[in-house]
Amino acid sequence: MDSQLYNYWLVILLMMTGLYALIARGNLIRKIIGLNIFQVSVFMLYISAGFIREGAAPILSPNVDVYSNPLPHVLILTAIVVSVATTALGLALVIRIKAAFGSIDDDTLSYSSGDSATELSIKTQKSSQ
Amino acid sequence: MIAQHAQILVVILPLLCAPLVLLLGKSRIAVWFTVGVLSVNALLTWWLLLQVLTIGTLRYSLGNWPAPWGIEYRLDPLGALLQVMIASIAAVMAPFLRKLLAEEIGSSRQYAALVAFILLTAGLLGIVATGDAFNVFVFLEISSLSTYALIAIADKRDALLASFRYLIVGTIGATFFLIGIGLVYILTGTLNMDDLAVRLPEVSHTNTTQIALIFVTIGIAIKAAIWPLHAWLIPCYSYAPRGIVAFLAALSTKVALYALARFLFGVFPLADMPIGSVLLEILQLLAIAAMLIGSAAAIAHSNVRAVLAYSSVAQIGYITLGLALATSAGVTAAIIHMFNHAFIKGSLFMCIAILATGSGKHTLESLKGLGHRMPIVGIALLIGGFSLIGVPLTSGFISKWFLITALVQAEKWIWIVAVLLSSVMSIIYVWKIVEAVFDKSDDKQVRSYDLSVDIPIVLLAAVSLYIGINSSALVSTAEQASKWLLGMP
Amino acid sequence: MSDDIILRIVGKFLIPLVVVFALYVQFHGEYGPGGGFQAGVILGAALILYRLLFGDAAARKAVSPRWLRLQAAVGVLLYGGTGVAGILLQGQFLEYNVLLTDPINGQHLGIILIELGVLLTVSATITALAYTFSADSEEHLSDPQVDASSQSDQLRS
Repeated sequence: MDSQLYNYWLVILLMMTGLYALIARGNLIRKIIGLNIFQVSVFMLYISAGFIREGAAPILSPNVDVYSNPLPHVLILTAIVVSVATTALGLALVIRIKAAFGSIDDDTLSYSSGDSATELSIKTQKSSQ
Repeated sequence: MIAQHAQILVVILPLLCAPLVLLLGKSRIAVWFTVGVLSVNALLTWWLLLQVLTIGTLRYSLGNWPAPWGIEYRLDPLGALLQVMIASIAAVMAPFLRKLLAEEIGSSRQYAALVAFILLTAGLLGIVATGDAFNVFVFLEISSLSTYALIAIADKRDALLASFRYLIVGTIGATFFLIGIGLVYILTGTLNMDDLAVRLPEVSHTNTTQIALIFVTIGIAIKAAIWPLHAWLIPCYSYAPRGIVAFLAALSTKVALYALARFLFGVFPLADMPIGSVLLEILQLLAIAAMLIGSAAAIAHSNVRAVLAYSSVAQIGYITLGLALATSAGVTAAIIHMFNHAFIKGSLFMCIAILATGSGKHTLESLKGLGHRMPIVGIALLIGGFSLIGVPLTSGFISKWFLITALVQAEKWIWIVAVLLSSVMSIIYVWKIVEAVFDKSDDKQVRSYDLSVDIPIVLLAAVSLYIGINSSALVSTAEQASKWLLGMP
Repeated sequence: MSDDIILRIVGKFLIPLVVVFALYVQFHGEYGPGGGFQAGVILGAALILYRLLFGDAAARKAVSPRWLRLQAAVGVLLYGGTGVAGILLQGQFLEYNVLLTDPINGQHLGIILIELGVLLTVSATITALAYTFSADSEEHLSDPQVDASSQSDQLRS
């Protein structure tokens, strides 16, 4: 196998790990961790694509002809910020959920049936996660 | 000068307004400042729409870096129409946000809600304004993050859970979209959507392009709540603060559908791609399923907000069906319904929000007889309900008329039966709400309420009525937009 | 933890260095790896370290949540203001060339201002997040994530 492609195998491995953690675990914090692993796999996909063999860091210099592509790094910096914001918001919600429900296990959380409207939606929600 | 930069100002104004409102904090000036900025913005979008209709697509290079290298903002007829819709609804709702939220959110959090509301508006406008695929992702996430915050901002149990679950699903969707964009970037080395449309045909047969298309479609489909990826929508619409839901239901799924249309027709060469026609067939089937299942679920529920949420799933089905036909008539119908449904659902959720003020309950039982006590809201509810069904002289009729015409042209006879069946079902669930709201037997106390919150409802309902009576301007704009979107001269 | 004298003394010595390193990363960002995001996170880390070592009260006294909110908003405004300045000086949005008479100097000035805006917002947001998550009382900051989401847009536009 071409050694160049190892990154991409790692990307796939991480992606599946992250998605598995999202689906399999009821713990909300673990879900957030899974989400982060999933997102990091995509960051690696971009960064790997920016790599150019023998390419130097993209800082102009008279002795260098081949540079790595800096654009994916810049894109991913933005995506990382988005991911940090999402994680922060997710964790803030977990804190509030813990305060409101006394639990952070998704299997024990359910919508209050006071409005008696969402039996169906709860089921579909659970199956979708 | 403003003319030249109007295109970028539409996004920049709300984006800069948000930190200023954060600085102004709880003072009353913050609200009026916001209203001012959003009104100016709405006027700018109207002016831009007229510009686009007369001189064609507008382009703007950020930092004066030319197009495939720099980020380009571009405004086409469809984008301009949607910007008018977003900016107008935002400007109409902003002054009343405080009153609508007063019951559910303490005054200390209201300005945070206002900041998130402005950022949501900016994000939605940005998705439509940009011509850069990665920028779409960024604005999608700006609007999504504000949405998660807004849903949870009242700190109610159910809303927190709904927000968290939406956050997980929504982020998966956004990340799928990011993967899709990454794959096409790796293939072509460009992120400019027009440039992608030029370069993707060369690689239209590679597996990577097919996978990219699937990732992008699924990613956006989650945000647009296309059946069966709609599960997040029901609890969000059922439990989010009432005033917020009206705005979300009106706009956020529509903008995602716009992004879907843009990527399906404006970026990927669907006709050359092996999976292109299969994908459209699948989308048609999902749309039919959405209409039938959504309408059936709406009938089954007794919580009014859940009824309207399922009805949204069904209506999103109509729009998706029009888009997936990929004919000029189909896309025109989809665009018309996108526009109409935003006003219909916005006004319906506003009506429910006002009817439920005080009791805080949304069951049919709790709304009984309120239509007589609040005649303006009751009439607006009737107009919205009739529009949802598609009664002649309302905007919903125009949408359905064009959709059925498109289906006849495409000779999809079974689909027509499904659309009609779904419409019949919508009569049942709308009737359920109307019957309860105008129930005479119930003798509730007359509750005094602030009449000024009726203003946005009257405006939104008036748009529905006006389009029902005189739809020529909307139809010609939609036709132009669909021609442009499908690349026809 | 806050009773540990060794940690406090090492911290007193280290925190200024971390801040200086943040500034190095900030200003070297024009010529090498670095920039506002990285510097902002490092600066935020210095403040969080201070909070860990000297306690919540001392940290809130040094950098109050109110100040952080102000700083985050000013950072975004500085970024956007630089962009709008381009428009006012007859250029495009975010065009740095027109900021000064010499386009190259204009580019320098533009990127420094932009990165400064990013530094302010990122460091404030990161610190505000730490405050929010560690807050025992019900007193919360507004919505740190809202700032974070707005700043995420900054880099690209």
